[in-house]
Amino acid sequence: MGGNTGFLIKASGLKVSLGGKQILDHVDLEVHPKEVVTIIGPNGAGKTTLLRIILGLLTQDSGEITQKPRMKIGYVPQKITVDPTLPLTVRRFLSLGGKLAEEQLAKVLTEVGIGRLLDNPIQTVSGGEMQRILLARALMRNPDLLVLDEPAQGVDVTGQAELYDLIANIRTERGCGVLLVSHDLHMVMSATDRVICLNGHVCCAGHPEAVSADPEYVALFGKKVAGTFAVYHHHHDHHHNAHGEVIDDCKGDHTHG
Amino acid sequence: MDDFLIRALVGGLGVALIASPFGCFIVWRRMAYFGDTLAHSALLGVALGFLLGIDLTIGIIAVSFTVAVLLGFLQRNRQLASDTLLGILSHGSLAMGLVVLAFLSDLRVDLMSYLFGDILAITLTDIYWIYGGGACVLLGLAFIWKPLLSMTVHEELAHVEGVPVERVRLGLMLLIALVIATAMKAVGILLVTSLLIIPAAAARYFAKTPEQMAVIASGIGCMAVAFGLGGSFEFDIPTGPAIVVAAICLFGLAGIFRRRSNA
Repeated sequence: MGGNTGFLIKASGLKVSLGGKQILDHVDLEVHPKEVVTIIGPNGAGKTTLLRIILGLLTQDSGEITQKPRMKIGYVPQKITVDPTLPLTVRRFLSLGGKLAEEQLAKVLTEVGIGRLLDNPIQTVSGGEMQRILLARALMRNPDLLVLDEPAQGVDVTGQAELYDLIANIRTERGCGVLLVSHDLHMVMSATDRVICLNGHVCCAGHPEAVSADPEYVALFGKKVAGTFAVYHHHHDHHHNAHGEVIDDCKGDHTHG
Repeated sequence: MDDFLIRALVGGLGVALIASPFGCFIVWRRMAYFGDTLAHSALLGVALGFLLGIDLTIGIIAVSFTVAVLLGFLQRNRQLASDTLLGILSHGSLAMGLVVLAFLSDLRVDLMSYLFGDILAITLTDIYWIYGGGACVLLGLAFIWKPLLSMTVHEELAHVEGVPVERVRLGLMLLIALVIATAMKAVGILLVTSLLIIPAAAARYFAKTPEQMAVIASGIGCMAVAFGLGGSFEFDIPTGPAIVVAAICLFGLAGIFRRRSNA
């Protein structure tokens, strides 16, 4: 494996506009086996659109997508809520993705640690548990590529760290590629091999530390936020500043500092 | 018991058995207003059926299905919110149905029986239609049950996992159009949605799985038909509305019972 032939999925020159607005312009992307690639960018940068194209939910206007033959995608959507009128246990929810082979189910459950929830109604689980259940459903398919859309949304900070550890473990154990979208930069960076900073086009890409020092990246997220990589633990000191702004928000904080 | 009452009961029970499982999907997918829209458009189907001299059931299905596809098309363009579009199609088609019927002045149409149902006039042929058509419709539902359930929970996830989302959705719409064409005989165009959703809503109190909910809903629907018919006979009130009122009472009782047993 290696060189240019080893990719799981490769997108080149993707262009798409929705409702007359150009969302993606000339976006290239490649994910290899055993690689964690993170797409970051501000709101409206086209992260979700890019993911939808890769998942086959949306067709690009131009550009090309090549997949490894017979590649299987495991998809973990953004936090989902199941209508309370639908009586559904966690086990049944998992079975909707395909037949449940008991031994494989047991294996996946130990992997993500949700075994005790199996017979609970799906509507009663917490945000963090839901993400693990979704992850389990994706893993039941034995995916070559795991695609996660903002997996840490609605999960508390400790839970987020655990979730990213889990994803890193899955990558090591299973050797699958991982493509994830996120805007909580500091959390993602340590568990990522390659970052793609997106804002309609690819601003910069590469190793997390290189990207966080890239002028385009700093311009996009603001100095303070870009710097949070290092000062993450001090966030709470800044909560009640003169502007009342929360600095660990990804929209950036250009007003002071 | 009189023959017409037995026919009404047999036909009504058939309608309840068919309608309630679909009612579950309408509740789960939050399509109540959509069901209403298809039901209202059925009057235009009746009118066009008379106008063109074709079978009324075929007219109803054709119009309902056209409305469903039109809605899908309009939703994709996203100029207006879904409920606005539904309102336009729903009342637009109802009004057009009334207008077309008015043009057919030499034809004596009992409008009330279409709007509120005429279950006491159910014939043996109707019963064959209800049970024959109903069996096909339920088989169709069983066929798409699993993928439909998956896309009801999360459409994009189902899509990525290989469910042919568009085809299943079209299938569901066609089946609902068929169900409405059948069920409107019992309670009429204006009340048919209630026969779909009220038993399903009541069944939610007791069901542990989606399949249980469909079966319990069918049972509650049948009880509503039986009580409604009985009440209609006893108190000399219109049958369609009596069935719906009976369903509402069962729904209320289910809620009270559930709260008691939880306390």
